[in-house]
Amino acid sequence: MSESAVTARQLGMVNCHDCSLLVEAEQVAVLPRCPRCGAHLHLRKSNSLARTWALVWAAIIFIVPANILPMTVTTTLGAKQADTIMSGVIYFMQSGSWEIAAVIFIASVFVPFVKLCILIFLLLSVRFRTSWRPKDRTVLYRLTELVGRWSMVDIYVVTILVALVKLGAIAAIEAGPAAVYFAAVVVTTMFAAESFDPRLIWDVLEEDV
Amino acid sequence: MLCSRCGAVLYRYKPDSIERSLALTLTALILFLLSNSFPFLAMKSGGLIQETTLLSGVRELWKQELHGLSFLVLFTCVLVPLAQMIGLLYILMPLKWGRRPAAHAARIFRLVQEVAPWGMMEVFMIGILVALVKLGHMATIVPGISVYSFGALIFAMAAAFSSLDPPLLWDRLDMRR
Repeated sequence: MSESAVTARQLGMVNCHDCSLLVEAEQVAVLPRCPRCGAHLHLRKSNSLARTWALVWAAIIFIVPANILPMTVTTTLGAKQADTIMSGVIYFMQSGSWEIAAVIFIASVFVPFVKLCILIFLLLSVRFRTSWRPKDRTVLYRLTELVGRWSMVDIYVVTILVALVKLGAIAAIEAGPAAVYFAAVVVTTMFAAESFDPRLIWDVLEEDV
Repeated sequence: MLCSRCGAVLYRYKPDSIERSLALTLTALILFLLSNSFPFLAMKSGGLIQETTLLSGVRELWKQELHGLSFLVLFTCVLVPLAQMIGLLYILMPLKWGRRPAAHAARIFRLVQEVAPWGMMEVFMIGILVALVKLGHMATIVPGISVYSFGALIFAMAAAFSSLDPPLLWDRLDMRR
């Protein structure tokens, strides 16, 4: 196990994304299907950069209304109150439950934002063919893949609140328009992380040798 | 075994992998049925009691015309986990009893792995806890049976997946045979 391990591509082989079977490139050229599990075979995810960019841009567009529009609309005895993600966080901080404020802030504000920044950074680093710390960049990629799903927390909280608080005129909670945009941010960034091929980070190093 | 480039785990030996994952998947399926049959949380405010199940949240979002959102919650917390459990049982049972792998087993195992990021039950659990605290200021919230079975379900599912041995399964399910 050394840094200079031989890769499948150097040996004219294609690695199956799903079951890790190595298939000879000539065979793949004839039929791009994995003979063991039936998955589509390719050396690199197709159009990885263009797809990831498109999804990242979509997420950037969605993230604006997700943060500006109300996430929930609470009606208490006829008085309506709209809450955005941030106003919810501030409410919890002021009412003393800073743990909950931290959970919501990290899951709904910090993670989506950092995730987009990391994806843009990775895309640019591949675009400009840098050979800067490829291992750390790969770790960053795995992190975005791992952490993205946790942003759904706020959507689930809204779902539960909406179902639980419907006491007619006394109190009722409705989901606001931001919930839809926020869900869109989570879904598009998850797809973006999935469409990025981390092996592109390493291809530059191989070609330089 | 680790990837020599980036250090990700490539292979790790799992003892009794098929038996363990089969047992844990069955456990998970039972807990899943429990979780969906009983209320999660109940809210008491004055004389009024409002109960909620996983599906009533989905229904309420649908009523508010948020169809996409409603489907997303149904998909990530009910459909994907259920499909994964049924898929695993379908794959593992014939292997356990020493029969030939079930029809299309390799394809189904591939799907089970591909939908994994979209199963978000553990995230939902955190959502329940946040909602509990959030409403605790306003009214009395009583956690239902489902909260406990759901909590156990998450561990059972995680354990079932971590006791799976994909290289072994791929070898047994090989479509070329």
